[in-house]
Amino acid sequence: MSGASGRGRTDDGVEMAIWLVEGVRPYGGRPVDLLLRDGVVAEVGRGLSAPSGAHRLDAGGLVALPGLVDLHTHLREPGREDAETVETGSRAAALGGYTAVHAMANTEPVADTAGVVEQVWRLGREAGLVDVRPVGAVTVGLAGVRLAELGAMADSAARVRVFSDDGHCVSDPALMRRALEYVKAFDGVVAQHAEEPRLTEGAQMNEGVVAARLGLTGWPAAAEEAVIARDVLLAGHVGSRLHVCHVSTAGSVEILRWAKAKGFRVTAEVTPHHLLLTDELAATYDPVYKVNPPLRTAEDVAALRAGLADGTIDAIATDHAPHALEDKQSEWAAARPGMLGLETALSVAVRAMVETGLLDWRGLAERMAAAPARIGGLAGHGRAVAEGEPASLVLLDPDARWSVDPAASASRSRNTPYAGRELPARVVATFLAGEPTVLDGKACL
Amino acid sequence: MQRALFDAADVARVVDRIAHQLLEKTGGARDTALLGIPTRGAPLARRLAARIKAFEGVDVPVGTLDVTLHRDDLRLRAVRALAETEEPPGGVDDRLVVLVDDVLYSGRTVRAALDALRDLGRPRAVQLAVLVDRGHRELPIRADYVGKNVPTSRDETVRVLLSEVDGRDAVLLEQAPTPARGAGPRAGEQPAAGPPGPGSGGTGDRGRPDGVPAGLRTERRP
Amino acid sequence: MKHLLSAGDLSREEALSVLDTAERMESALAGREVKKLPTLRGRTVVNLFFEDSTRTRTSFELAAKRLSADVVTFSAKGSSVSKGESLKDTALTLEAMGSDAVVVRHSCSGAPHRLAGWVRGSVVNAGDGTHEHPTQALLDAYTMRRRLSRLEGLRVTIVGDVLHSRVARSNVLLLSTLGADVTLVAPPTLLPVGVEAWPAAVSYDLDASLPKADVVMTLRVQRERMGESYFPSAREYSRRYGLDRARVALLPDDAIVMHPGPMNRGMEIAAEVADDPRRSTVVEQVSNGVSVRMAVLYLLLGGRSE
Repeated sequence: MSGASGRGRTDDGVEMAIWLVEGVRPYGGRPVDLLLRDGVVAEVGRGLSAPSGAHRLDAGGLVALPGLVDLHTHLREPGREDAETVETGSRAAALGGYTAVHAMANTEPVADTAGVVEQVWRLGREAGLVDVRPVGAVTVGLAGVRLAELGAMADSAARVRVFSDDGHCVSDPALMRRALEYVKAFDGVVAQHAEEPRLTEGAQMNEGVVAARLGLTGWPAAAEEAVIARDVLLAGHVGSRLHVCHVSTAGSVEILRWAKAKGFRVTAEVTPHHLLLTDELAATYDPVYKVNPPLRTAEDVAALRAGLADGTIDAIATDHAPHALEDKQSEWAAARPGMLGLETALSVAVRAMVETGLLDWRGLAERMAAAPARIGGLAGHGRAVAEGEPASLVLLDPDARWSVDPAASASRSRNTPYAGRELPARVVATFLAGEPTVLDGKACL
Repeated sequence: MQRALFDAADVARVVDRIAHQLLEKTGGARDTALLGIPTRGAPLARRLAARIKAFEGVDVPVGTLDVTLHRDDLRLRAVRALAETEEPPGGVDDRLVVLVDDVLYSGRTVRAALDALRDLGRPRAVQLAVLVDRGHRELPIRADYVGKNVPTSRDETVRVLLSEVDGRDAVLLEQAPTPARGAGPRAGEQPAAGPPGPGSGGTGDRGRPDGVPAGLRTERRP
Repeated sequence: MKHLLSAGDLSREEALSVLDTAERMESALAGREVKKLPTLRGRTVVNLFFEDSTRTRTSFELAAKRLSADVVTFSAKGSSVSKGESLKDTALTLEAMGSDAVVVRHSCSGAPHRLAGWVRGSVVNAGDGTHEHPTQALLDAYTMRRRLSRLEGLRVTIVGDVLHSRVARSNVLLLSTLGADVTLVAPPTLLPVGVEAWPAAVSYDLDASLPKADVVMTLRVQRERMGESYFPSAREYSRRYGLDRARVALLPDDAIVMHPGPMNRGMEIAAEVADDPRRSTVVEQVSNGVSVRMAVLYLLLGGRSE
């Protein structure tokens, strides 16, 4: 059980509220009632009676899934609190149906010591909206030269298990090998941002027909695929786990399929935006579409969807990357790459995978909750919606349609690529270990 | 509602009369040059020169003077295509220059022509010949040679057709129900731009089409 | 026409109207002592040059002044621009000044597009990064038409650093719109991935393309934009792709040689070829540039504001 409810009530024995969620459809199945008590789903049945003092939630028509788990989020604190803080990012996550997020290490200072990861972990508990799990840097300062104190971070209160230099690639093959080996000691996993830096110098967008027309330096697919190919072979050779961040090309999916067939312990994630958007959007020169790895072609989008559907890609991870206005309201080359993602992830996933018939609700739950929780080693998350399991849930309205308004975002930043778009499905309520963090589409804290 | 004021024969007679008047007033059209204001002033000028040559064997040099760039009303309409400016052989310095146009209305076209002429050189004197004077002057400008005075009301339009441009010769008076205008007539004013091309001539007195392809929009790709 | 951001935005009709207007303007000013027309009096044209360029900047200045517009020039050095003021803030300053048109040259592809979203006036792209340089393509087409009396079916070979060339991109788009046949010649490293989708043929062999070229346009091989290893040495580049006297002899009799400038004499073009009065159009490209830019400013600002 995560026990991340920052109000500390579970610790000192004060009674938590009891919730009766009525008429909800777990995984889109038949409606049932869920009784949430003491942080777990105490009872599942029909026509349950509410104990005295219980809050009732009419969830008629809503679908219940396990609370979503994000393997890849940027909360920007410490260092860029103008773009996002742990609190505002947590709120955005809860509104998106998340009950746990992994906060990437490319903060200022970098999260490469026990001190910084514990600070982020503590901020997450204080906000009390999601279970914030800091990711530790693989190398000191993300410089790619020397390993950071991975063991110290694993042993810290933050109990880091996922390590990543995300933002940068661990490009030195010898160093990557050592990192893969070293984390075996505490069942950690290295999450690689696959980008051969020598092939992407000055790159602005996917290398291809659109980039040639727009006069923007290209980021070739081979720069991602070459690193993935190398890393899966290394992981196979030394027998460790490897996680690949934000897979973006059809070729990468093929390499992963091969690696899994060989029995290598490789997992992979894909972002919602790579499941929906293509590089044609760069023709506007609006840097809200600038992201790393870049948006690719329609063929890549199709291959990523197929790879996610058949399990080659294990999980959806947002790579939520808030940026201050001045970092996005400029000419393309001067803008920082990255898109918001927490509040729109579920809707975009529904549009790309459920509405297209590629996944059902169970399949979506597996990829947005269960698999990320397994990869990140989060015991209390991604569990089935069933009796005895932790009451970390998201209740969503599958039939809702909503229009994305950047000004209404809970994030401190505004750089969403979906501004003005209509998306399906809306999060109505989120419960974190039995406590509501979102009710009626609004954050409780 | 259209009424023919002149037919082809009338046009020919009027051109002849202007040619005679010009010869008379200038004492033989020596040291004279004709400058037609496009679109229809240009063929008119050439016809005048031909008639003058036929009557008295005098070769009067002919040129054209596009006045678009000197107009004072450019901002009232979509941007206009430019027409040809061709200096008459021997230039305009120290000569009598006769500006030739089809219709005289507010006088602004002629005023622009005088400005444009100034950049070409320094004529000894400038005169004006028009096929039709329809009144409603807004500037102190008058024609020296007038084919016909046609009193009109502001919601009427005088349309000159010339075979070189329109395939036939005629002068028509049109009563179009025009939408309320701003400050009154401008010579060469036309209703909303139609398709470009020579001879398409809207119903305005200018008769010169906008020429610049309509729909030069520019929405950037979204 | 509200903005001129890309040569690809011009339809065939629009492109021809620019060329025809330029011709008329040239003849309207020919032989006059006072080269001035009152047409854009009262309009303000701002030259916003984030990148140094004496040639293009003065060409636009002259074009605007000949039409009696008021001209204000911001150049990169010594202004708030060089002190790191953002493009957006610069745009807001221009708005406050009430500019009717902004002519912008910037080192980032897409900067004029962003500017167009922030100012009310017209934006003219005077060169953005490695994206486009539409007025250059227009004056190149104008030059070709004047010299060779046609554009339809004209065979144009463009040789040089196509990958980094905004002139190449604009020319390929405009020339194909106007019905010319374009061939791009470069070493494979200097051709973009995706060039197969362009309306142009591609070749690595310059000598093979010259006998069938009515126009050879040599692009500057841009040393300042290059990282490493696009070609092994300047010597090898000029040997394989430089337009020297021997290569010019392969051209048809009436073929012309063009260069957008500034030239690396001895690299992409031999000095004697650049100075050949019969074939080289390098000098008249400059004066044609003023007429074409006058035409563009007139077409953008000479009528009712949109």
